[in-house]
Amino acid sequence: MAFYRPAPYQKPVVVALLLAMVFLPNLLTAFGQEFYIGLVTRMLIFALAASSLNLVLGFGGMFSLGHAAFFGTGAYVAAICMSSGISDALFVLPLAMTVAGLFALLVGAISLRTRGVYFIMITLAFGQMAYYLFVSARAWGGDDGLPLVGRMTFGGMSLSSDTAFFYAALACLALSILFLGRLAGARFGRVIQAIRENETRMEALGYPVFRYRLSCFVLGGALAGLAGALLANLTGLASPHLLQWTQSGTLLVMVIIGGVGYLYGGLVGALVLLMLEEVLAGFTLHWHIGLGLLLLGIVLFAPKGVAALFGKQHG
Amino acid sequence: MTQLFLEQALNGLQFGLMLFLLAAGLTLVFGIMDCINLAHGSLYMVGAYLVAAAAQASGSFWIGLALGVGAAALLGLVLELTLFRQLYKRDHLSQVLATFALILIANEAVRMIWGAQPVMLNPPEALSGPVEIGGFFYPAYRLVIIAFGIAVAGLLYLLVAKSRVGMWVRAGASNREMTEALGINVQALFTVVFVFGAALCALAGGLLGPLLAVQVGMGESVLILAFVVIIIGGIGSIRGALVGSLIVGTVDTLGRALLPTLLRAILPADAAANLGPALASILIYLLMAGILFFKPQGLFPARA
Amino acid sequence: MSLRLTALAAALMLAGSVHAADKIKVGFVSTLSGPGAGLGVDIRDGFNLAMKRLNGKLGDLPAEVLIADDQQSPDVAKQVVDKFLKKDKVDLMTGIVFSNLMLAVGPTVFENKTFYISANAGPSQYAGEQCSPFFFNVAWQNDNLHEAVGKYVQDKGFKNVVIVTPNYPGGKDAVSGFKRYYKGKVAEEVYTKLGQLDYAAELAQIRSIKPDALFFFLPGGMGINFVKQFVSAGLSRDTQICAPGFSADEDVIKAVGAPMMGMFNSSHWAHDMENAENKRFVADFEKEYKRLPSLYASQGYDAALMMDAAVRDVKGRVEDKAALQKALEAKRFKSVRGDFKFNSNHYPVQNYYLRAIGKDAQGRVTNKTMGTIFTNHADAYVSQCKMK
Repeated sequence: MAFYRPAPYQKPVVVALLLAMVFLPNLLTAFGQEFYIGLVTRMLIFALAASSLNLVLGFGGMFSLGHAAFFGTGAYVAAICMSSGISDALFVLPLAMTVAGLFALLVGAISLRTRGVYFIMITLAFGQMAYYLFVSARAWGGDDGLPLVGRMTFGGMSLSSDTAFFYAALACLALSILFLGRLAGARFGRVIQAIRENETRMEALGYPVFRYRLSCFVLGGALAGLAGALLANLTGLASPHLLQWTQSGTLLVMVIIGGVGYLYGGLVGALVLLMLEEVLAGFTLHWHIGLGLLLLGIVLFAPKGVAALFGKQHG
Repeated sequence: MTQLFLEQALNGLQFGLMLFLLAAGLTLVFGIMDCINLAHGSLYMVGAYLVAAAAQASGSFWIGLALGVGAAALLGLVLELTLFRQLYKRDHLSQVLATFALILIANEAVRMIWGAQPVMLNPPEALSGPVEIGGFFYPAYRLVIIAFGIAVAGLLYLLVAKSRVGMWVRAGASNREMTEALGINVQALFTVVFVFGAALCALAGGLLGPLLAVQVGMGESVLILAFVVIIIGGIGSIRGALVGSLIVGTVDTLGRALLPTLLRAILPADAAANLGPALASILIYLLMAGILFFKPQGLFPARA
Repeated sequence: MSLRLTALAAALMLAGSVHAADKIKVGFVSTLSGPGAGLGVDIRDGFNLAMKRLNGKLGDLPAEVLIADDQQSPDVAKQVVDKFLKKDKVDLMTGIVFSNLMLAVGPTVFENKTFYISANAGPSQYAGEQCSPFFFNVAWQNDNLHEAVGKYVQDKGFKNVVIVTPNYPGGKDAVSGFKRYYKGKVAEEVYTKLGQLDYAAELAQIRSIKPDALFFFLPGGMGINFVKQFVSAGLSRDTQICAPGFSADEDVIKAVGAPMMGMFNSSHWAHDMENAENKRFVADFEKEYKRLPSLYASQGYDAALMMDAAVRDVKGRVEDKAALQKALEAKRFKSVRGDFKFNSNHYPVQNYYLRAIGKDAQGRVTNKTMGTIFTNHADAYVSQCKMK
């Protein structure tokens, strides 16, 4: 791998898609398919979560299998805020990001001492710990989860309609991707990508490798927290299920399908996987077999992921 | 009290060897071929189902175990030749995705063949009750698990550390090109290791079936435990896997046995009742995080 | 006379053409994949069997049953339910197995004013403060079967009891349900890890306590693990083992077999109950699926019969929510469990029975009804329900 560089045709494609997304709710409503607004919102939120993992995995080279812990933490922050009467998104979302980020700081500070497979497993261990703690936390509903009464507001504006919430999620995703794109090209992004490629060399050049990696890990955790808070508001529930290791695995699969280390890898992967689920599940209850075969096909025949078609990587 | 403590210590040993049976195949494939196999749990599940089916058909647990393990080894051979052979050279991410796909396929295939409900697999009649040892009763079947665990550990040690084949395998793992230059067919060797790993998985599935539910999804619940064990021990080290299993088994068992009582002694009853079980659930993960904090390569790193 | 009849028929037809749907859509969402799938599949099979008996019709109208898998995930369940409500516009819903999923989707369903007939999940929230006119439970309130075990253990004179449940709210609810009727000594409450595999440590502890009875509630695979290990430890010789019906039903028996013999459990239904409806159901189920039905299957079957009767009652006018609610409350179908009625919170008031596991006439290991524990038993939360 080498530094991320967007393909020349990427920008117009993305701008066109974004414009299309802005008009999507009107289009769906016109055709009487309002249901799909919620479905697309869910895809956008998972796209954000997968993108946050892609920052850690693709750009930072840190193979984390505990990312769902931050995702779930964000969801619980949103639910706890709501149940104590705080509903302004301008407060809830930054708080969710801060708490998830602080949790990532703790996990990262300990986990980043290890490398490779050991890093995978220690992040998994923290994820499992968080999962079991939320399952047994009776005050927050334990296994039943913590329901949200209603949705956040945005500076006094209600987000309770599906369309309004769709735009909120779209804005969060677009801003995050914009931020990640800038980050990848900025000095910080260059350094973490260089660390991914050759850690020893960067160390020798005098870069504080540990601090760079930790910052990247924390940023990823905070963005996952943002996605979690949005998802809790969409479904009206924060549940320990969001913290299960299978959820981390699903996010990972999204990133790998989409393309590890490509700016749009997480987004493309989330859309592809969720759409496959939706379409296959409509055909048969045994859709897992079909999904499994497709994933095998992707590994064997499109090893760089789908987003590789959109973004070039060359040194 | 001493007697209870002894019994709990034996339980810890027993659970540890149970975990070793689960982890042995995984650490072989992972350590030697450097291949993350999430489908390890699926082989364990398929093994248990095959043993259950063969035991039901033949009427004997032991014949069922032998046939089931044989069938799973055959399945392992097919998987190695068609898929895993291509995965060894790929990065960990591709291996994760491919073997995750295998989990989905295996779960659904088992459900389609055997149905969604758990199936029956019981121990042989003679071993279904407890026996008296040293003043207390202990389930006879758990003693069988202990015996198998020790036997597998010994066999693996001899094979990997003492035999010529084991030497080739270790050589092939550390420098494939050089070993091939010496005229050893590493590809065939890896096939043998993978098939052996699959057979160990199925053996674990068949042996644990009489104690655990044989159902779809049983693989995922042991997968994490198996990974925890080999990580604590150090990947690729048979000795590490054994020590890791015994540590995890003992800590988990004693944690569940002693923590609630201990906490009740130092905390108010209400807080203890809430904290005890929660702490016992995360104990092995705390242990793993703690060990990796001080020894980032596990207790017995196989490679520098 | 004939003229009046014709006029009536014409009026009915007119009413029909204006109001009645030409088709009833049912949204069935359940756990059909993963470790919990056995229960969902049983509910589905029971429901489908009833639909077959009704020739695919509900209240004489052709019915379309949409089946979806919730993957035992609240998030997925919510999405599936959204689709049923907004895209498919279903008239009735059923199927969910687990209470946490029910609680996740309930608010959406009720807000949409769609009737949900629960064929399993009976959370205390919907029996008490959060009760809804749109929620009916055709099975039980979650605590009921635990209460029945507690009553049995109390009446039987057991004095020293150990309780084993997983460490999550459902487990703690089971304990409080059990203790609502058992007033004797609880020597130890053991809380285990969710999804625990090995119970040797807990069993050694139980052996040292020497209780005369043990009550456990370990759903799914955990229960199978526990029973297998409990019996092989030889504890069943000195300790009577008791559980709610869902830890000792046909699905568990099929997986454990003979070691379960002698175990007591509570249920509102048993496959050997002597009534014509039940005999037909059990015979049809065995013929169709080549296995004995479980209580989940009986609940799925009842859910379909209940929908059928109510739709017939309102003559297919399912949009008339008030009328449909009345029709559902009236409960005009014959349940396979015998007679029961709905309480003001739409949960059943019914009998609970004691079952023991043993061999039947054909030599199969299965449940046998031993007696009645509760007659017309309601749940403990109904007084908190202010149904609007």
